Amino acid sequence: MRADVLSVLRGSYLREKNTRAKKILKAVLDNAACAKKEKLAICQDTGMPVIFAQLGQELKISGNLKEAINKGIAAGYKKYSLRNSIVMDPLFRGKPGFSPAIVHLDIVPGDKLKLTLLPKGFGCENKSQLKMFKPTCGLQEIKDFIVDAVKSAGADACPPYVIGVGIGGSADYSGILAKEALLKKVTRSPGHQVTRFISGLEQDLLKSINKLNIGPMGLGGKTTALAVNILTYPTHIAGLPVSVNISCHALRSASVVL
Amino acid sequence: MKKINTPLTLNEINSLKAGQEVFLSGIIYTARDQAHKRIVENLGKGKETPFDLKDAVIYYCGPTQAPKGKVIGSCGPTTSSRMDEFVGFMLAKGLRGMIGKGSRSRQVKEAIKKYKGIYFITYAGCGALLNKYIKSAKKIAYSDLGPEAVLELEVEDFPLIVAIDVNGGNVYGQD
Repeated sequence: MRADVLSVLRGSYLREKNTRAKKILKAVLDNAACAKKEKLAICQDTGMPVIFAQLGQELKISGNLKEAINKGIAAGYKKYSLRNSIVMDPLFRGKPGFSPAIVHLDIVPGDKLKLTLLPKGFGCENKSQLKMFKPTCGLQEIKDFIVDAVKSAGADACPPYVIGVGIGGSADYSGILAKEALLKKVTRSPGHQVTRFISGLEQDLLKSINKLNIGPMGLGGKTTALAVNILTYPTHIAGLPVSVNISCHALRSASVVL
Repeated sequence: MKKINTPLTLNEINSLKAGQEVFLSGIIYTARDQAHKRIVENLGKGKETPFDLKDAVIYYCGPTQAPKGKVIGSCGPTTSSRMDEFVGFMLAKGLRGMIGKGSRSRQVKEAIKKYKGIYFITYAGCGALLNKYIKSAKKIAYSDLGPEAVLELEVEDFPLIVAIDVNGGNVYGQD
């Protein structure tokens, strides 16, 4: 589990007043410790591997980058006994394997390649939502949509959640932003690159969500979400896309620069 | 703390109430999306099921591979509501208990009441922690489904919370 997620979980455990919620949060913390000690995955759903790749434009790559990424993922998943959850055909299904990953590629200055892996569990991925708002809509409508998305996820997607939100771009791009938002640290550090407005919005939403009384495993309590992370992007005069990508508490990601 | 055992007869669960914590020991079977589809299709054609449904307990779980020296990998519950459409049919054929995470449809609650079944939840997203309650694991069917194959698990004091009891009492309250 990511260190920042673990740290917020610990804080939530200490602050939680509901006896059952506290007991479940303790189990979640014990699980993380047990996984580390026993070298087991924190959750059996080791996700659909999603890669955010930042390719330096001065870098010359020989060979097949996507193939190399998929080979690396399959080798890593196999080595650490992670689950083969990917079927090659969405309609005809078939025997599951480890890859392919979904690769989001961005071209950046420089001569390095940065790869970030987010293995995303599907219990929570299933609760993702997209809404195309009118450009004249009020902020409250957007807030309600985000809070309602968490409400409809309810107990199903392993709360406490981390809520990724993408605002702007296009229908497809807001979805990528919402997922990428899950990569932002859930601890608020001085290096956290958001405007004061977005930071305030994140805190407002977190407060509203934690009043829903969903709680760990949906059995009540004030720990429904650990954080709300928002990313924005310029959009079209005619629209305002908003996507919500919910992560369970088993939020895992890691980066490497090559 | 109340302890219960498989086979899960009505007598074992009749007094349990939604919200109560219990420990389960005995044999349970993993089955999730595709296994449910197949079991129900097979039942419809009068074919045999991979295990006897009578007083059986199904665990909605697709574990990770067992690392060296362990009987199973990470093995927490998956979202139960995806199996809702199959539940009535399986309870009618003798299934007694289900273990998963999250809430169920009104139809599932009604079927549980009608056939005197029970729905448990267990620690969600805690697959490493739950590993230690599993004493043995044996693949018994549908190995072509990979992690969705049907496993026979021997569990000891597996921690559960009653989510929907035999009388339709529901820990999630909603209808």
